[in-house]
Amino acid sequence: MTAPRLAIEALSAISLRANNAPILRRVSLAVDTGEVHGLVGESGAGKSTIAKAILGIIPSQVKITGGRIIFEGRDLLSLSANELRAILGRDIALVPQDPSTALNPSRRIDAQMTDGLRLKRGLSRKAARLRARALLTEVQIRDPERVLSCYPHQLSGGMRQRVLIAAAFALEPKLVIADEPTTALDVTVQKQILRLIRALQERHGTSVLFVSHDLGVVAKICDRVSVLYMGKMVEQGRTADILQNPRHAYTKALLAANPRYDRPDTGLEPTSPEVIVALRAEIAAFDAGSSTGEARDG
Amino acid sequence: MLERGDVKHAAQLTSAPAAETEPRPLPAYLRLVRDPKVVCAGGFILFLVVLAIGAPLIAPQDPLAQNLLNATLPPVGFADAAPGFLLGTDGLGRDVLSRVIYGSRVSLTVAFVAAGLACLIGSLLGLMAGYLGAATDAMISRLVDVWMAFPPVLLSILLIAVIGTGLHSVIIAIVVIDWTRFCRVVRTETMNQAQMDYVVAARTIGFSRPATLFREILPNVVPVLIALLTLEMGIAVVVEAILSFVGLSVSSDTPTWGGMIAEGRQIVHEAWWVLAVPLAALFATVVAFNQLGDGLARSLDPVLRR
Repeated sequence: MTAPRLAIEALSAISLRANNAPILRRVSLAVDTGEVHGLVGESGAGKSTIAKAILGIIPSQVKITGGRIIFEGRDLLSLSANELRAILGRDIALVPQDPSTALNPSRRIDAQMTDGLRLKRGLSRKAARLRARALLTEVQIRDPERVLSCYPHQLSGGMRQRVLIAAAFALEPKLVIADEPTTALDVTVQKQILRLIRALQERHGTSVLFVSHDLGVVAKICDRVSVLYMGKMVEQGRTADILQNPRHAYTKALLAANPRYDRPDTGLEPTSPEVIVALRAEIAAFDAGSSTGEARDG
Repeated sequence: MLERGDVKHAAQLTSAPAAETEPRPLPAYLRLVRDPKVVCAGGFILFLVVLAIGAPLIAPQDPLAQNLLNATLPPVGFADAAPGFLLGTDGLGRDVLSRVIYGSRVSLTVAFVAAGLACLIGSLLGLMAGYLGAATDAMISRLVDVWMAFPPVLLSILLIAVIGTGLHSVIIAIVVIDWTRFCRVVRTETMNQAQMDYVVAARTIGFSRPATLFREILPNVVPVLIALLTLEMGIAVVVEAILSFVGLSVSSDTPTWGGMIAEGRQIVHEAWWVLAVPLAALFATVVAFNQLGDGLARSLDPVLRR
């Protein structure tokens, strides 16, 4: 078996604000070549922290305390800012969460889409614009010329997200981090965007780390899923297996919490207290185990 | 699960409806021309600039030529007016119109140079304070706080007492006092913009911090900056008038609006026009700068403009 494209190994992080509370507890996951890997969990589970750690944009109040992020044989955490900058955009790209703030309001779409092409590929303004045009066509934008000369506020949310996806795939990255790319969109647009990501990913053989809190969305697009709770990996496996035979109680609860139009009377109950108590106990046991483990190591 | 074949099929379905985009935006100059505020105020400033540059050609008389026989002649249209002196003469028989035209040279020079320099220095420090992190921010912000604690008029008079009178002293005084205004506003705006996802996105493309600051953040600060700059130009005109009113500006053989107001004040009962004409010029100029700033801010802001 070949090495995965991205391997996160025992990544731990603490919050410097909240009394050094752990945010990530020795999280490991691997994204294979050409795979869409879902990273699921409720808010505060540490999904975004993982995405930010890969992109080197960890906020100052979060500290990585251990682990490695291996991308193409190199540990991203140990790279210098310049080395990381060379990889970002070219090999790793981001599809951000909120299309309304992810585009610069005072620059036209063409300027923003050609940034990466000119910076990383050294294309001329004209060549970059042609490429951007082709990319917009690829994300099913019918009149790319007009969109290119628009400012972001002149486009709808769905259009903006398409532009962002096109921009992320512009440099044919090997890995795309999609940070809740459909959360800010309404359901019909959501579906189009998911198809688009899947289509582009298949065409270019890109690996995607798909961060989401929505199991419904993950079920549609991901090959494999990792479920995160309070910074700890609770379950990992093929999407179909996890959705049909969730082994962990938390995954079951998460699945039950997903609203279903065919069963309107279900899905509104809170996660049962027993599950939460069991989870907390599991995490406390894990913390105790890992701290003694670290003590032994030291 | 999305099937592989489904994807190709989906590709045809997801074409965006044409209605999702609005018509192509107007070019910037057309949008500005449509705004009556910008047109009127900008036109007036442009007119002043032409007057100031072409003063030797436009002014009907020598602004310094005294003739006591022609002293305090009223403007044309009043009794005893002389046809050569459209807006009358002052206590020394000098032509008021010519002096106001020449006076605009000092006012506009100060407006553009002093406000421009204050803007440059203040915004650079403001951008740094807003983006480079807590330590830089603390240093620059404390400096601004201390700076603003000095009473501005006292500071400028003190400054001119030390470095001497003259046009450049007036400009330096205004820059030294008013850069803090730009620094504060630009810092806040930079901080707001730095929170936005597009700044993070720029970093993940691999932009360096300075490139992010100047290419991504600065364009979004510019609308606020331009509004503030034109406001500051109005303020600079007033400050220059105050300093020349108290005789701390350029030497008295150069006509200035403030100086004219000072002279007119003494003979206001015999010749009101000596006071009224430069006062009106000052008033109109400041209003024009303020209105221009307001109009430009609205036209240049990509989100507000329509």
